[in-house]
Amino acid sequence: MSKKMKSNVEVALIYLFLAFMAVVIGYPLLWTVGMSLNPGTSLYSAQLIPDNWSLVHYKWLFTDPSSDYLLWYKNSVFVAIANAFFSVVLTSFVAYAFSRYKFTGRKYGLYAFLLLQMFPVIMGMVAIYVMLNMVGLLDSLVGLTLIYIGGQIPFNAWLVKGYFDTIPKELDEAARIDGAGHLGVFFKIMLPLAKPILGVVALFNFMAPFVDFLLPRIILRNPDNFTLALGLFNFISNQFDNNFTRFAAGSILIAVPIALVYLLSQRYLISGLTAGGTKG
Amino acid sequence: MSTANPTAKKNHNPKLAVILSILLAGLGQLYNRRYVKGALFIILEVSFILTLGQFINYGIWGIMTLGTLAGTDHSVFLLIYGFVSLILIAFAITLYIANVKDAKRDAIRLRDGEKTPTFRQAAKNVWDTGFPYFFVTPGLVMLVFIVVLPLLFTVALAFTDYTQYNQPPRNLLSWIGFENFGRLFFGSGTGDSNIWQDTFISVFTWTVVWTVVATTLQIALGLFLALLVNDPRIKFKRLIRTILILPWAVPAFVTILVFAAMFNDRFGAINTDVLAMFDLAIPWLQDPFWTRIALIMIQTWLGFPFVFALFTGILQSISKDWYEAADVDGASRMQKFKSITLPHVLYATAPLLIMQYAGNFNNFNIIYLFNEGGPPVRGQNAGGTDILISWVFDLTFELNQYSMAAAITLILGLIVTGFAFFQFRRTRSFKEEGNI
Repeated sequence: MSKKMKSNVEVALIYLFLAFMAVVIGYPLLWTVGMSLNPGTSLYSAQLIPDNWSLVHYKWLFTDPSSDYLLWYKNSVFVAIANAFFSVVLTSFVAYAFSRYKFTGRKYGLYAFLLLQMFPVIMGMVAIYVMLNMVGLLDSLVGLTLIYIGGQIPFNAWLVKGYFDTIPKELDEAARIDGAGHLGVFFKIMLPLAKPILGVVALFNFMAPFVDFLLPRIILRNPDNFTLALGLFNFISNQFDNNFTRFAAGSILIAVPIALVYLLSQRYLISGLTAGGTKG
Repeated sequence: MSTANPTAKKNHNPKLAVILSILLAGLGQLYNRRYVKGALFIILEVSFILTLGQFINYGIWGIMTLGTLAGTDHSVFLLIYGFVSLILIAFAITLYIANVKDAKRDAIRLRDGEKTPTFRQAAKNVWDTGFPYFFVTPGLVMLVFIVVLPLLFTVALAFTDYTQYNQPPRNLLSWIGFENFGRLFFGSGTGDSNIWQDTFISVFTWTVVWTVVATTLQIALGLFLALLVNDPRIKFKRLIRTILILPWAVPAFVTILVFAAMFNDRFGAINTDVLAMFDLAIPWLQDPFWTRIALIMIQTWLGFPFVFALFTGILQSISKDWYEAADVDGASRMQKFKSITLPHVLYATAPLLIMQYAGNFNNFNIIYLFNEGGPPVRGQNAGGTDILISWVFDLTFELNQYSMAAAITLILGLIVTGFAFFQFRRTRSFKEEGNI
């Protein structure tokens, strides 16, 4: 076999494998789309390509009086915006102090962030539940948002601090000579230059309420307070009203925008994570 | 210098200032003639004692006894009050130490004749030295109450007897030492059946297998695909990369639930459409072995795109010179991969890869959403695919075995700390810490 021929065979094999991967990736996703177009509610009679496809489930989500879909959407957006905003504010404060100042407890604080970001929130869920109950924030979106904001600090403070460290100190000094104080440097130098990483933090925290179902499941009880993920989960976890096709329709409506955002911003997300992870 | 200073007060004694400020915060400052500061400290201390003293006293009593009157004292609330009290005390001690140090510093200054700063200057000093603390405080308070306090509470719960039959406020909890751990490790205290020990061993083993196999597979597949797509002979790279990254972009809870439906034994697409072609039907949700296989495959599907994207970035940044030099030396493709590509890729991404292992170790979502840890297994109180974290969830919310759940959480925490330790050693910033 000539060298050229061998190379061609190799390339063909690579394409073949990539095609296989495309099928493996595409099949479940397309299957979900197919399910959502089935008019019936049960998995059993559903077909991948329905004979009589219809948008009845999509219509139900938006127009049926017993559908809470829009309410859940509103709840999720509320939590998402509050979470993104306060997370960026709190973490950038913390990260600024850790990146630019020497103070007692700084080093242990950094260790604590690195350690705490590995502990999932469920580890303390009993206490979180009891405490929210004590202060009357159980089954409320405010309570949920507070837990999200607090829980994201270790990971994101670390990430943003790593990014702040890459901003040259000479810029601070120059600004100080021009009369900027602690706050001046923060607002005029750090924040504008750290926009990319703050964007990543905002995006992550905006997405969290849309994709997390666990915390809402522990904290929220009343369907009026559900977020999208929890509401959708209940479509199929409810034993007496198992409705997979409706779940599929509702999921596609949130998965498509989220997937688009991720695909468009993946470059920033990945580089932000690499920077935070390796440069610390 | 101080000898020539006419304003020096030689008989002003820093030791006396220290003693006074220990007796009552602010007295030392008054002795140093810093009247405003002294008054502020005294007001702060008195109001702290007046408003919080009783609460702290109650909290400390609560955490020590966990209550004395069943039906009235709520042990869980008392435990939380106790921890809040301890946090408040820690905060007060920190302020107190700052007060003593401050008194000493000012006294030395006064003795050496330095000018007492004006109020404006003093305020500016406080702003300058205190600035990082002011900026950290809001985040720190949130962190302490939302992350640290719940973890401490869980640790404490592991040493109590909070079970389904012993629940406050009807019953009081009590401290029982290491009894819960004895049950897990030695099967003690449960009569004939060693259900806790048996379950713990089987869940723990599966957790380790799950973490190692699933994570290694997703990293291996990610690396392999990154190498393939990076090949210069491959075209349409952008399109291929977009497709390969799709599983990462779609919310995981949606895909896991979709997979759960697809793997359904009776009417899932895997059995009815795909495997039917080969005349096969596999009990994906009934047989623990096959559920585990399904979980590992799904996690590989979910996890490889992130690793792929990560590695793609690194591969593009490796200088071509390395490979050209290797070509001159006549290195084979395998040799180039082993000595150039792999070290580069692994060095740059090691901390993130460790996080992948840690993430799967605690990957509650996939286990719970796919089959709620099932199928059930005889002779143990966890499902056949439960990993430690999902077992903890079940024990807490289904079986109300709070103390056992907390004991397992504590063990989990120790293991996670081990992961974190690796991270510390790998992370460059700690080596560079001296320069900052």
